[in-house]
Amino acid sequence: MRLIIAFIARFRLSRTLQKILFLLPLFFLAACRSGGATAPRGAIAASELDLIKFAVELMLIVVVPVIFMALWFGWRYREKNNAKYTPDWTHSTRLEIVWWSVPCIIILILGTVTWKTTHKLDPYQPLDSEVKPVNVEVISLDWKWLFIYPEYHIATINYLRLPEKTPINFKITAAAPMNSFIIPQLGGQIYAMTGMTTQLHLIADTPGVYTGFGANYSGVGFAGMRFDTEVTSDAQFKEWVKTIQVKPEKLTTTVFWNDLVPPSENNPVRYFGKADEGLFDSIVMHYMMPDSPALVHSTQP
Amino acid sequence: MLETIIGKLSNPQEVFPYMYEPLSQQLIIFSMLGFIVLAGIAVVGGITYFKKWAYLWREWIVTVDHKRIGAMYLIVAFVMLFRGFVDAVMMRTQQALSSGDSYGYLVPQHFDQVFTAHGVIMIFFVAMPLMFAFFNWVVPLQIGARDVAFPVLNSLSFWLFVAGALLANVSLLIGDFSHAGWLAYPPFSEIAYSPTVGTDYYIWAVQISGIGSLMSGINFFVTILKMRCPGMTLMRMPIFTWTALCSSILIMIIFPVLTVALALLGFDRYMDMHFFTTNFGGDQMMYVNLVWIWGHPEVYVLVLPAFGIYSEVVATFSRKPLFGYATMVWATAVITILSFLVWAHHFFTMGAGADVNAVFGILTMIISIPTGVKIFNWLFTMYRGRITFTSPMYWLMGFFITFTIGGMTGVMLAVPGIDFQAHNSTFLVAHFHNTIIGGVVFGYFAGITYWFPKIFGFKLNERLGKCAFWCWLVGFFVAFVPVYILGGMGMTRRLYHYDASTGYQPYLIVAGIGAAIIALGVVFQVLQIIISIKNKNKKEYRDLTGDPWDGRTLEWAIASPPPFYNFAVDPVVKGIDAFWEQKEKGFNIQSNPKSEKLHYQDIHMPRNTAVGFVVGILAFIFSFAMIWHIWWLGIISLVATIGTLVIRSFNYDTDYYLKADEVERIEMQHQQELARAGL
Amino acid sequence: MNNTSILNQSAHHHPFDGSKDVFGFWIYIMTDCILFATLFAVYAVFHTHTYGGPHAKDLFSLPFVLTETLLLLSSSFTYGLATLSCRDGNKKAVLSWLWLTFILGASFIALEIYEFHNLYVEGHSWSSSAFLSSFFTLVATHGLHVTVGLVWMLTMLFQVRKHGITPVTKTKLTCLGLFWHFLDIVWIFVFSVVYLMGAI
Repeated sequence: MRLIIAFIARFRLSRTLQKILFLLPLFFLAACRSGGATAPRGAIAASELDLIKFAVELMLIVVVPVIFMALWFGWRYREKNNAKYTPDWTHSTRLEIVWWSVPCIIILILGTVTWKTTHKLDPYQPLDSEVKPVNVEVISLDWKWLFIYPEYHIATINYLRLPEKTPINFKITAAAPMNSFIIPQLGGQIYAMTGMTTQLHLIADTPGVYTGFGANYSGVGFAGMRFDTEVTSDAQFKEWVKTIQVKPEKLTTTVFWNDLVPPSENNPVRYFGKADEGLFDSIVMHYMMPDSPALVHSTQP
Repeated sequence: MLETIIGKLSNPQEVFPYMYEPLSQQLIIFSMLGFIVLAGIAVVGGITYFKKWAYLWREWIVTVDHKRIGAMYLIVAFVMLFRGFVDAVMMRTQQALSSGDSYGYLVPQHFDQVFTAHGVIMIFFVAMPLMFAFFNWVVPLQIGARDVAFPVLNSLSFWLFVAGALLANVSLLIGDFSHAGWLAYPPFSEIAYSPTVGTDYYIWAVQISGIGSLMSGINFFVTILKMRCPGMTLMRMPIFTWTALCSSILIMIIFPVLTVALALLGFDRYMDMHFFTTNFGGDQMMYVNLVWIWGHPEVYVLVLPAFGIYSEVVATFSRKPLFGYATMVWATAVITILSFLVWAHHFFTMGAGADVNAVFGILTMIISIPTGVKIFNWLFTMYRGRITFTSPMYWLMGFFITFTIGGMTGVMLAVPGIDFQAHNSTFLVAHFHNTIIGGVVFGYFAGITYWFPKIFGFKLNERLGKCAFWCWLVGFFVAFVPVYILGGMGMTRRLYHYDASTGYQPYLIVAGIGAAIIALGVVFQVLQIIISIKNKNKKEYRDLTGDPWDGRTLEWAIASPPPFYNFAVDPVVKGIDAFWEQKEKGFNIQSNPKSEKLHYQDIHMPRNTAVGFVVGILAFIFSFAMIWHIWWLGIISLVATIGTLVIRSFNYDTDYYLKADEVERIEMQHQQELARAGL
Repeated sequence: MNNTSILNQSAHHHPFDGSKDVFGFWIYIMTDCILFATLFAVYAVFHTHTYGGPHAKDLFSLPFVLTETLLLLSSSFTYGLATLSCRDGNKKAVLSWLWLTFILGASFIALEIYEFHNLYVEGHSWSSSAFLSSFFTLVATHGLHVTVGLVWMLTMLFQVRKHGITPVTKTKLTCLGLFWHFLDIVWIFVFSVVYLMGAI
């Protein structure tokens, strides 16, 4: 079994054939100016793209012959052609075994790969690395993203700064309707929901600016829920943290509920030099138990 | 005071929200309003001018005849298709325009209603009724039955569906429609984030028509199991009937879950309950689970009958029995069962463990096996056949090309590692349009062309049908390949505006052109219907024999359109493709030599009744009252509904017997007509 | 030919055939079963979501619910007796048993309303927590079904009085019987899952 998978995994369609198959070239075409999954800048996103290519190539083994057969049979057995006509030939056990087994084998291979990659790419899975990870707490709001760096006691709105080649552990929740947190060039998404903490583990390989956004529709300001993710060297990142730590604004519980939770659209980047400890957990708890900080928050969009 | 009488209607801001928006939005609304009013005047005026009200009431509104009900489903579905299509064009235009400094012509609170309405209408008020149109038209005829098992229930189902469709349209002008997407995920759809009546319109429209669908599901299940003609064992049923059976089973199992999910959401909104709210212990993930336990099998509800149609079409026009009939049946059954076990693939990104995700992903892929088998069986039905390329056959060819690609992207999405990237992206949007247009829509169009002469007695214009096909096929690829690519570029769905730096615009413009090509296809289809109706008595359109395609199944054995009692005598079936065999062997419909005389008997017929129509109207009034919090009207209409049903239960004069002489007279008349036409 | 002659016979007399209706009604009950199963699943998930409020243990009185249960169970029994009398064609006995069933069912509903009222007055309304929302929804959905059954039973009382025991009324009584016993079974689940397991 393992051998077959290894064989298929190495199996690449010849270059000329690849050009004919329109789907893949289109992906590469798109990659030229892509802020998406087709232009990965991190290990997770890169594995995900490999998986996409592998799945497409594997399935083309069936898809291409089917389309070809459809056109060929249609052409050959058209009425005017007077090709062989067998009106009573309605069944063939041998043939049917063939076309039950071909998809079965393909799904067997793809299923095995799925089982492995799903565990390997599980967003909850911390990444193997020598480097100490950076923690980021993400809170989805109407209609902006709040990022808290608990180790550095700073927070930002609609701007994310990450060090390269460092595992990033995201803890994600919401103080607004369900949304989904994604930076496609670094890896896949996970939902942000009130009263719950979800996790995402990503890593960036190359410095650059990558777009992140909310992917699950949450209201009129949804289109503006985009943020830049700037990946720099570790030293530059530390430098940046210091410049933020001296910013005057402070993120307290009161500021959070009274200033950030009320809906607002197309929010500019904002920096908080100091963020209350435990704010993230208190936000999660707010939706779970009645006696958490009883701050009235307006939810009228 | 005013509020107790007319509820939320007393608040103009709720009733006419668009009056408080920019002028551009009002122009859109009022042009729509103008169109509806003009169309309404034309229809009502036309009916009055031609003095057709009594006819309409007598022959259509109170009818319990499955063929008439099927035709009405078709008509309403087409009206709704128009509406849903306009929504699609509006979205495409907005996205093509709204780049960088330009914000398009829609405000976000309209754009979100448009994409919600598009999804809701296309699934609930176009695809579902089209499917029921086919069930009604074809199933009783294919199994040699006089009608469905419960004809009055059938009429009630239809009118409940109309009530739902009407609610979705009324929301255009009175109040607003839901803005929470076609599945109304909470907590966004909760009163805290969606305080307007839009979500209530959604809940009631879908709930009312959903109850109608559930009743139809039961109806056709019982019809197929209990009303097959002598000799038609399960393994001799035409494949379309098989798919209708499987689809009905799915409907019966999943629609109660949808009913519960929507009811709980409604309780949250109306009674301050806390099922899916953000606090008080509510859990939004519960709704997502419930709604997808309904939602995933729902796509199979729609696509299985389309597969049935392809099976009929390919066998008829290849002049060869369907290849591997038994395999087809089993593949359908396997798909039916598997479709219940995959719902979680719609939310791999919710944070379930890798084990759960992997299991649901693999189960999802397994569905592609029986589906792939079906495709091979269709291909080998064509192999060594004598294929006539009529327009249903064109749709089938389009299906092969389109659907296999859609299936491939579907299996991709089933891999959780890929789904983390593709979920909520336009790649996903392209995928489901790929399967629904390529699978369901093409199939239903093929079915309409195929069975149209059976129901209306004349064929549709082939040339225009083929033009429509090419527009749809080319338009589809032009519209959705860019959408696939955009998904790869990281574009998320439901965006009303995006930055110029993203580079989305060129692709969205191409996608918009694709939508325009499809629109041209729709124009061809409308022309096709108009021209065909105009020429319906011409020789090349008129279907005198009742068997215009040299068909294989029982529905082609009787006149087009069939007499109201369908079969003058009960057919007797000796194998698969019963009618083909009878034709080959020169047998009559009872599988006896033609020389043997048919014995006509009294036929038991249900009486027409207005009860379905009345309950439909009352359900509409009730829902409207509930949406606008007009409690007294709600109570009155509810009591009136119960009263109507109670009164109906006291009516014991619900059926009659059509005398054998009368049957014979009608049949002879038809024979004479045929003789006069030289057949 | 054989086929035709068989057809002739079956079609010449037209006895009312209610088997289709009963079968259809069975199928309807199966769909209703799924509806209840969904509500049970929702309750099973939410019964711990009390948001700091009372649990099932703190709220329900078992003796009271047992009374309700006995009422409904005996109504099912009396309906069974009505069915037996129906088979004998004894119109008077059918009417009496139906009336008794109706009274028992109505008492069940009265007790349920009383229970709900008490909970509400004590401040445990459906809007207090997700647990209570799901409790009220599940139990009231059953209660609503019973109420529909009662209205149906009333109409049947009049129909039987007017038409007697005919194939048509017999079929209708069979369907109502299916419905009534089904609700009994659902209640046994409600009793076990909500009240008994809640008391533990």
